[in-house]
Amino acid sequence: MYVECDPPLDGVRMLGMILDEHKILDGAHIAPVLRKARSARRVSCERTPVTSGMSTTFTEQTEWMLKVRDARDRAAFAKLFDHFAPRLRGMLMKNGFGAAQADDVIQDVMLSVWRKAHSFNPERANVSGWIFQIARNRQIDVIRKDRRPMPEELAMPESTDIDGEQVLGIEQEAASLHAAIARLNPEQRDLVQKAYLGELTHSEIQAETGLPLGTIKSRIRLGLERLRHELKGER
Amino acid sequence: MTDIAHHIPEALLASYVSGTLAQPFALVVAAHVSICEECRANLAAHEAVGGVLLDAFDPISITSDLRNRVMAGLDDDIPPEPERPRGDDTFPTPVLEALGSKAPKWRSLGPGAKQCILNAGKEGSVRLLHIAPGFAVPDHTHGGLELTLVLQGAFKDETGRFARGDLEVADDTLEHTPVAEEGMPCICLAATDAPLKFSAFVPRLLQPLFRI
Ligand SMILES: [Zn+2]
Repeated sequence: MYVECDPPLDGVRMLGMILDEHKILDGAHIAPVLRKARSARRVSCERTPVTSGMSTTFTEQTEWMLKVRDARDRAAFAKLFDHFAPRLRGMLMKNGFGAAQADDVIQDVMLSVWRKAHSFNPERANVSGWIFQIARNRQIDVIRKDRRPMPEELAMPESTDIDGEQVLGIEQEAASLHAAIARLNPEQRDLVQKAYLGELTHSEIQAETGLPLGTIKSRIRLGLERLRHELKGER
Repeated sequence: MTDIAHHIPEALLASYVSGTLAQPFALVVAAHVSICEECRANLAAHEAVGGVLLDAFDPISITSDLRNRVMAGLDDDIPPEPERPRGDDTFPTPVLEALGSKAPKWRSLGPGAKQCILNAGKEGSVRLLHIAPGFAVPDHTHGGLELTLVLQGAFKDETGRFARGDLEVADDTLEHTPVAEEGMPCICLAATDAPLKFSAFVPRLLQPLFRI
């Protein structure tokens, strides 16, 4: 049998696509993120963000990360640390890491956040996704003692100008994903967690849950296209 | 680069992101993403799911000792990471890295076909295949999953045409006879989770039936 290559999940109706502002979501941790994204969106309706360093409407995490990237701001880094380190710890413990080993990984991951900040691009990734990816890489290094092959990195544009609308778009999509995951039934949510935290093999993931990824993919593609144009312009 | 028609299935992307994908397949995924914008975006979407999950974890408190260590580490003078090789017209960056930035050492597989094994272990193997125009692509299926990424030239089989960037995903139920197109030799990156064995596909190589 030939295995279909087209994303089979995209056709699945997106639960979180149209964020119902009035529905109460389960999980207290989800609310702040959504609230932030909502207020960001509200602002974006009143005033179309222009291409500039204006970032007052972004989530705190994005703002901290940009301050770290562009101004090497230690106070902002400390805030990132205080937000992510305890969550990384939660994730690592769930993955079976002991306390000392988890601490080592957290240290490496957070220092990588500081050192690799220049490669963070909020038009293509949200902060937590970017940090998740660094953390998984580090975990794989530790567990397998073998580096995971990585795609070629895209060149970064010279300018640090930000397309605010694009960044807000990425944040909104992440919030929608958050909402969609919150609405999964417990078994599905468990499956998603297992799939992304490394407890399932690729063939076990086949029977996936129908996470709505279509719109976030399109949004990230917009960011990639913008980058490609920018890089062309620089040459 | 925009003509790629055959992409990475969702489950493989999710498995790559989570780190459970066997090393040979991870190399193929990394190579495809290096030259496919669509899958680069898709990969980032899966990473965003990971980010959402990370954000949702109940925070577990961090010792002030760890916090201090990290904050002090910001001043460390760390030598910059070595530059990664830039992908060329044939080999994307992760393949160049697997080659140690040296030209592939081809070994004959019979008429019309050569291979260069990049990595073989208990998780499976990944190799480059070099197929002369008109010759059959060695079928290394022995059960399990088989990924074939075209890096140069093209091949055709019963399921379609595969050119640079296209990824064929096959399992042992796929009966196919891929044949390299006329023109440039076809170079593929092929990974399988089956143990290394060649004898089974040598007979087919000995008879390049499909000289088009
Ligand atoms: Zn692709």
